[in-house]
Amino acid sequence: MSTTFLGFIQQVINGLTLGSIYALIAIGYTMVYGIIGMINFAHGEIYMIGSYVGVLVLTALTLLGLQSVPLMLLLTLVVSILVTSAYGWTVERLAYRPLRGSPRLAPLISAIGMSIFLQNYVMLGQGARDISMQPLIAGGWRFGAEGGFQVYLSYMQVLIAVVTVIFMALLTLYISRSRMGRACRACAEDREMANLLGIDTDRVISLTFVLGAALAAVAGVLVGLYYGKINPFIGFVAGIKAFTAAVLGGIGSIPGAMLGGIVLGLTESFASAYLSTQYKDVVAFGLLVLVLLFRPTGLLGKPDVEKV
Amino acid sequence: MLKLEAVHTFYGPVEALKGVSLEVNAGEIVTLIGANGAGKSTLLKTVCGLPQATHGTITFAGEDITRKPTHLIMQSGLALAPEGRRIFPGLTVLENLHIGGFFADKSRLEADLERVYTLFPILKERRHQRGGTLSGGEQQMLAIARALMSRPTLLLLDEPSLGLAPLVIAQIFRILEAIRQEGVTIFLVEQNAHRALQLADRGYVLENGWIVLADTGANLLVNAAVRKAYLGG
Repeated sequence: MSTTFLGFIQQVINGLTLGSIYALIAIGYTMVYGIIGMINFAHGEIYMIGSYVGVLVLTALTLLGLQSVPLMLLLTLVVSILVTSAYGWTVERLAYRPLRGSPRLAPLISAIGMSIFLQNYVMLGQGARDISMQPLIAGGWRFGAEGGFQVYLSYMQVLIAVVTVIFMALLTLYISRSRMGRACRACAEDREMANLLGIDTDRVISLTFVLGAALAAVAGVLVGLYYGKINPFIGFVAGIKAFTAAVLGGIGSIPGAMLGGIVLGLTESFASAYLSTQYKDVVAFGLLVLVLLFRPTGLLGKPDVEKV
Repeated sequence: MLKLEAVHTFYGPVEALKGVSLEVNAGEIVTLIGANGAGKSTLLKTVCGLPQATHGTITFAGEDITRKPTHLIMQSGLALAPEGRRIFPGLTVLENLHIGGFFADKSRLEADLERVYTLFPILKERRHQRGGTLSGGEQQMLAIARALMSRPTLLLLDEPSLGLAPLVIAQIFRILEAIRQEGVTIFLVEQNAHRALQLADRGYVLENGWIVLADTGANLLVNAAVRKAYLGG
């Protein structure tokens, strides 16, 4: 096989890994937008907190002398999801609910405030520098001829893909089949009407923040494991990228966020390989501009129907 | 059963209801007629707490619900089929009905589905279709069926005949009569004054946020002022 082809495969693998992370975070943006029509600007920080909780739990488990990798991974995910969901719930409670019914600018500002607060809060508690950890899962497979270009697929990349697929399948099932999932979809279509049918829409809104935070926690844990180091600022860039992914896929659409994340991940990966690493953000955001120009509702978004 | 006493409602600076008092007794069909912009829909929505009345009291089944949150009001035996139907277009007919019966357990849900399918057989046929693909008349039926899923004692209907063909309107009014036979009290807001007054036991006429007339349906039908303003002379 030619080096060009192997290089292409390598970029697909890298792109899917990155895209999975973006997609997990993007779902939180899109779900909240779908219900309250606003962007949760603290969502990137929620992801960062998920990552910190993950690294701290993992370190603690290592200190306790736990040996089983699957068990450690599972415990880390569970604890991070629970703690991060609580943060997501709190953000809604403090920054959004008291401002329900006020002009849209007010919750936007309070969410940005929340984001700054959370970033500084983690900096104070954990320091502003990178914290790193031992890789939990090392190694991988190599394909290709000895001595030539080899495609490297790490176990961690496979894990990221598998965990992402599992959580997205769970979310999709929950939203399409469960009673509360149905309420979420009803609220996304007409929140006032859902309220007029006796549904406590505040609870549904809280639920979407919690679900979004849970998936962001999964992304945070995976990123911590993948790169081995994190800092309090990772939420900003990841947040902007995931937001881009959500808009790219069509904000408000859950499958759209998944697709948008993957497309953005692949784009970045190809751009850094075939153009230059420095151009990857230019290409990623350039793609966003193009999609918005030619398909303003995003790849899978529905046109916004004027409500009479 | 439902009682409004001197209810005022504001939409921003506009006073849409200027002290409305009315009463709906158990087992009745009561209608509220009036021109566009008279405040009919506002009155229904105020009963549901969206928006809340600024002055006055609203009691339902002996309880003051003026300051109760909307979702709790709607869980207490009141249901609304709103103006413009407002079904969930992306949800299937069955899912729309499930949302209406959100608080029912499984066995009750099945029984309630059977009940609305008996009233509206077309909805059973269309149960796996998305709500948005239904015709206007079917959507109106879905809106009423969805409201019935919570087993209301009082059904609030806002312009169920709006934009529908006369045959479909006749069908819907026949079903309203059947719903009343089942023991559900109905409060009907209508622009189609002729039909509404024929069906209703009593009626109120709302003008510019005031109740200007209150009488039995039969009397209002022959009332000179009503005939002139709402029944085309």
